[in-house]
Amino acid sequence: MSTVVNVEEKLFQNRYKVDHGRPHIKIRQPDLCRNECKSQSCTYVCPAACYKAEGNGAVTLITDGCLECGSCRIICTELSNVEWEYPRGGHGILFKFG
Amino acid sequence: MSEKFDVIVVGAGPSGNAAAYTAAKAGLSVLQIERGEYPGSKNVQGAILYANALEQIIPDFRDDAPLERHIIEQRMWVLDDESFVGTHFRSDDYNKPPYNRYTIIRAQFDKWFSSKVKEAGALVICETTVECLLMDGDQVVGVRCDRQGGEVFADVVILADGVNSTLARKAGFHGEIQAGNVALAVKEILFMPQETIEARFNVKDEEGVVIEMFGKITDGLMGTGFLYTNKDSITLGVGCMLSDFKANPNRSSPYTMLEKMKAHPSIAPMIAGGEMKEYCAHLIPEGGFHAVPKVFGNGWMIVGDSGGFVNAVHREGSNLAMTTGRLAAETAIAAKAAGKGFKAKQLAGYKSALDESFVMKDLHKYRDMPSVFHDNSQFFTTYPELVNRAARTMLTVDGIDKKTKEKEIFSSFRKSRSLAGLAGDAFKLWRAFR
Repeated sequence: MSTVVNVEEKLFQNRYKVDHGRPHIKIRQPDLCRNECKSQSCTYVCPAACYKAEGNGAVTLITDGCLECGSCRIICTELSNVEWEYPRGGHGILFKFG
Repeated sequence: MSEKFDVIVVGAGPSGNAAAYTAAKAGLSVLQIERGEYPGSKNVQGAILYANALEQIIPDFRDDAPLERHIIEQRMWVLDDESFVGTHFRSDDYNKPPYNRYTIIRAQFDKWFSSKVKEAGALVICETTVECLLMDGDQVVGVRCDRQGGEVFADVVILADGVNSTLARKAGFHGEIQAGNVALAVKEILFMPQETIEARFNVKDEEGVVIEMFGKITDGLMGTGFLYTNKDSITLGVGCMLSDFKANPNRSSPYTMLEKMKAHPSIAPMIAGGEMKEYCAHLIPEGGFHAVPKVFGNGWMIVGDSGGFVNAVHREGSNLAMTTGRLAAETAIAAKAAGKGFKAKQLAGYKSALDESFVMKDLHKYRDMPSVFHDNSQFFTTYPELVNRAARTMLTVDGIDKKTKEKEIFSSFRKSRSLAGLAGDAFKLWRAFR
């Protein structure tokens, strides 16, 4: 793919109330992503690019820009390595238009 | 002593609001719990409102509901990289009130719907996430929220908690959602002056246009795009099956697909100069008839996206959501009146009402459609290109006679698909649509 899209610029337009220090999604066992998961599909399917493929083979997750769609949990069915909850009430993405 | 209600509704989207409104209007005590800052702040839709489903709940909604434009023209486009072949249907019939469908902005619309729910007498609590259902044996008796002392009780809990169906999954009513049964869609809202929209789309006042698209904009995956005109903004989005996103060898991201779509030579001029003010993503349950889980049990019913009630073929969802919400509430009202408790047996009327309504009839009619498209990606790749090439060949005036052009078109179809393949595809489509 030659098209490089900066999704951060898109997310910058959104309104969030980040629940600092309490991410609502967690990678259960980071080692599984590094050693067992060949596709690491969360790193390109996530529409907010919350998952990053690091140079050392690891996958890191920062949930601040999460759009709460649920895709990452559903596509990780083989390893079930995504612990997924909705944010605490009032936190997370707050759509202005939806 | 914790509080007890007749009905708890989890979620304040179209299905939850329809359920809470209907139950409260009938005099039941209703608690509605919404995790967003306000109703609508977690909700995403294209969005088209089909008037009929709402009319049955709030007949005079047009008096004060925030509606953008009524749709007078529907366009269907099949795209390849440079072009599109399309049909447009525009009728002045759609310009005579009461109008059939509208574009809406969900954050505004849901807030309005919620104000009606409150007027009807329901207690609506926002900024509160329901963590799980409370069980007494196999009977749902309430919910636990993320507030202190957050246990509340009810005879019936209506689950309107959206496509992820978190509560029913946690309670074990059904399993994890399959990636082949949901589409992941992303969209942007682009603001521009009202006059610009009216000039570009050949409309005036509050008339609107919708464009549904498929073909190359989805990178060869099974999916669709859309463009909806609002009053002073355009909503533009694209979606594909989540399983296809995952398996795509190009490893395309949804936002890359959206940017490519915005740059398409037929689309770019329509959105030029638009100021992007929000980017959304959402899952759409598109598994259809076969993916609908068990939707009622002891003390619970599932409505809206949470139950997979979407007619993907006709791009209908919010009308199914409102109808299922209303039918679930009517079932709860009847069960309360009967006074025989709220076990599955007393709530079974919900399923019969669904079966009798357009909801299950339409889902049943198109029951094979998801798998036909899923197993035959040529509908989204080969055919859009062939059709566009055929139109280009036929309409380009270059001194070649039309008979030769016809032969060229026919052989391009034969090269891409065998005769048996072409006939088989036509048959598959006919069988799935009939």
